[in-house]
Amino acid sequence: MPQNAKPQVAFYWCASCGGCEEAVVDLAEDILGVVEAVDIAFWPVALDFKRSDLESSPDGSIAAAFINGAIRTSEQEEMAHLLRAKAQFLIAFGACAQLGGIPALANLWDRAAIFETVYETAASVTNAEGIHPQTSIPVNGDRLTLPAFRNTVRALDQVVEVDYYLPGCPPTPTVIKDAVGAILSGNLPPKGSVLAPDVALCEQCPLKETKPEQLLLREFKRPHEVMIDPKTCLLAQGIICLGPATRGGCEALCPKAHMPCTGCFGPTARVLDVGAKMASALASMVDASEPQAAEAILATIPDPVGTFYRYSLATSRLRRRLTETAATPAAGRVR
Amino acid sequence: MPETVRRRIVIDPITRLEGHGKIDIILDAAGQVERAYFQVPELRGFEKFTEGRPAEEMPQITSRICGVCPTAHHMASTKALDDLYRVTPPAAARKIRELIYSTFMVEDHALHFYFLGGPDFVVGPQAPAAERNVLGLIAKVGVETGKRVIAMRRRLRELIALVGGKVVHPVFGLPGGVARGISPEERAEFVRAAEDAVEFARFTLDVFHQVVLANPEYVKLITSDAFTHRTHYMGLVDEHNHLNFYDGVVRVVDPDAKEVARFPAREYLTYVAEHVEPWSYVKFCYLKPLGWHGFTDGAESGVYCVAPLARLNAADGLATPLAQAACEEFFSVLGGRPVHHTLANHWARVVELLYAAERMRELAGDAEITSSEIRTLPTATPTEGMGVVEAPRGTLFHHYETDERGVIRRANLIVATQNNSARIAMSVEKAAKGLLSGREISPGLLNMVEMAFRAYDPCHGCATHSLPGSMPLLVRLREHDGTVVGTLRRDFDGSLHRD
Amino acid sequence: MDAERNALANGWEPRIVAFFCNWCTYAAADLAGTSRLKYPPNARVIRVMCSGRVDPQFVVEAFARGADGVLIGGCHPGDCHYMEGNYKTMRRVTLLRRVLRAMGIQDARLRLEWISASEGEKVARVISEMVEAIRAIGPLNLPAQRAGWDAELEHAAARAAPAAAAGGER
Repeated sequence: MPQNAKPQVAFYWCASCGGCEEAVVDLAEDILGVVEAVDIAFWPVALDFKRSDLESSPDGSIAAAFINGAIRTSEQEEMAHLLRAKAQFLIAFGACAQLGGIPALANLWDRAAIFETVYETAASVTNAEGIHPQTSIPVNGDRLTLPAFRNTVRALDQVVEVDYYLPGCPPTPTVIKDAVGAILSGNLPPKGSVLAPDVALCEQCPLKETKPEQLLLREFKRPHEVMIDPKTCLLAQGIICLGPATRGGCEALCPKAHMPCTGCFGPTARVLDVGAKMASALASMVDASEPQAAEAILATIPDPVGTFYRYSLATSRLRRRLTETAATPAAGRVR
Repeated sequence: MPETVRRRIVIDPITRLEGHGKIDIILDAAGQVERAYFQVPELRGFEKFTEGRPAEEMPQITSRICGVCPTAHHMASTKALDDLYRVTPPAAARKIRELIYSTFMVEDHALHFYFLGGPDFVVGPQAPAAERNVLGLIAKVGVETGKRVIAMRRRLRELIALVGGKVVHPVFGLPGGVARGISPEERAEFVRAAEDAVEFARFTLDVFHQVVLANPEYVKLITSDAFTHRTHYMGLVDEHNHLNFYDGVVRVVDPDAKEVARFPAREYLTYVAEHVEPWSYVKFCYLKPLGWHGFTDGAESGVYCVAPLARLNAADGLATPLAQAACEEFFSVLGGRPVHHTLANHWARVVELLYAAERMRELAGDAEITSSEIRTLPTATPTEGMGVVEAPRGTLFHHYETDERGVIRRANLIVATQNNSARIAMSVEKAAKGLLSGREISPGLLNMVEMAFRAYDPCHGCATHSLPGSMPLLVRLREHDGTVVGTLRRDFDGSLHRD
Repeated sequence: MDAERNALANGWEPRIVAFFCNWCTYAAADLAGTSRLKYPPNARVIRVMCSGRVDPQFVVEAFARGADGVLIGGCHPGDCHYMEGNYKTMRRVTLLRRVLRAMGIQDARLRLEWISASEGEKVARVISEMVEAIRAIGPLNLPAQRAGWDAELEHAAARAAPAAAAGGER
């Protein structure tokens, strides 16, 4: 790798959809100023990915490593540790790395349940022998290997120490630009900070003025059940919007498109558990003083756990659903 | 060394796939390729963790399968919801959806051609690796072209974000319609952008003519046997058997282009099945009526192919004039329909790019898309719904079973590239078999094996990355017991190192 | 489950965190004490000014830190010192239950009771009942569960040390 004085940065993806990588490229001309200032030394999708080179390079030789995607497999876990060692700053890029993301919804199950559905009971699968992918399989006298699929999905900081977080699914160009600029200029908030404004989305929403002080609802509506008024606060219309419990910084792109916030920027700094916080906020809006009446109103929310923890189940204080095979230590060692 | 020693070559990692891919090539004692395995080392389990989710959330949940083609999943999902609720969107909503979808197809195909697949031909498969990337392409066709591609892409993506809220993971899809309409001013923007897109598509086709088709070496490569497979082909067609990305029936033709199946989304289970191998996390699709007979070609094999080449083979033509002319030329030059040459995907993609741009122009020119009637509220009790679209990389099926409240009980997804996974594995093996000689690892091997799967533009291709770099490859030669006896490495700057 | 059997064999006792509102339930607990009523010592009482102060996040946090059960005690409907507080509690607990259920946490582990200042006996009874109910279903012990889940990691030991020092890892 050529020697020069520019700081080296790295990008890597774990259990990711690639949207965070797209978000970086969407910066297009805007990133030119930044690109001139750094050397992108490691980006498997675009540049040579030489794990051995990374392993042999000095610890801390990379100024900043941006990792997106959740940790689902053993290979992703190993790469996280490797990059942690080689980078001065490790930044969790996007909702999956920060919170577990949508893939973390898999924490309602474990490997056995997921494999059974994907490889056996899914509608179009024909697999009478019940074959599952194996981490090590003999084939004609040789051995093929695959990384291990863990029982539990994890956020990046549940595997290695993380210095900063860039929220969003994906992070917006503004958030990325501001964060990269801060990193390069050394103008950084305390370690462990989320690099986006620490306000609830409601503050930035164009519908803010129509959000009532005191909001009481007799039922919750699902977006496909009603004609959505684009000029009125979505919660005031009874549509579940996670704005009150979600960090701003995204410029309210979803409400501007007439759809509710689903919480992809994650929590503000004051929130301990995203899902419990959201449950608290919504329950407070219920216009009922009898338990049965309250239950009937809350029954109009069809999927509390998947709605409140859409992006953050892995980092819930509860972390995952209790299941037999996930809980047994031996299961974790089956390779 | 015992005579029975067999050797193994591991290519790890391949990029341009979600996460990483691996290729294991096994040689027998005489140095002939016995088998090659294309392994996908990742799984997230969407078919499982979408259980329990409200169906109307699926367009935004399933778009997270892919951040490069989120609009494809969003659209297949939205159509599955139409079916689930037996609700028909108003005409304006349907047109808005197809307009956004056409815009997306232009943007995605353009990107693949200029930054991913194009360099193979514009710069040349035998060119130094360091030049075989977008910078090399720009050097060949000019800086202005490069800027034009970046600017066109940006403009189209901004239009998608205008209606969809975000371009990566849009939010517009609802059963029975779309969440946001288009104003007359915005329509004018779409019209202008579509005109430029058509010009851009014609320009791209010219580039392909000048740089690829005018070069007999390239044509020879495209038509070479090492990159040819005679399989079935699948694509979406309208009532005139013209290709349509957004809607239609699924048509399957055999290796002689004879129609062997034609079905709406609702009947996909009769025709499509998935096979499991223990050495890959991806499942392998095959035609159910024919059955799984392994990784083989031919009319008896259930293996089939999707994406641009397959779509042109499966359709009787294209519905817009410039694209139709380009399609006719495509078949005329390559010897008639069907074309079995995998590398012809690159050309087919440019033809489709032109169709998508013309279709975008047609839809943008329709004043009905500014109507405020963009939603039909569902009233039926949901049970089951299927939706199909053509994603850039192939036919995409979403299938949901729900309870009476519309909460997902079961979900099944056949994801674009997955339809191709058997043929990709075959292509890699055939390329490896055709090009390895003795025990020598040559630079040609690296290039050619890459090209075998790159032509399919596997989902998650890094088509969006405008940075230089050659395909990173590390080829390790191992003894039968796994000891590494040699490596050939190509660095990001294209230099080769043999250890 | 192995964990449960081990716990019972090792003389495990249910650990219950009890949030009691100052004006009603906490006073009742005092009354139970001065009346010398006998009840198991398994509840750790946390006094809050109103049951409405009990954020669902507290409940989840209590479980995360090792509680086997959480009890919330407040004034009867209509008697809340702050008028509305206990109604909010009721709604929040109703919704939280569905989340906990989805996460595999049994209903018996969260209990909401209205206990007025004069109902010392009710405090004793409710706590006794809850201890028995939880004894029957075994420990939750999320910290041990987390250690079990993390056993699949290659570098589990490296993670455990700093987390333990922080006194309650994520």
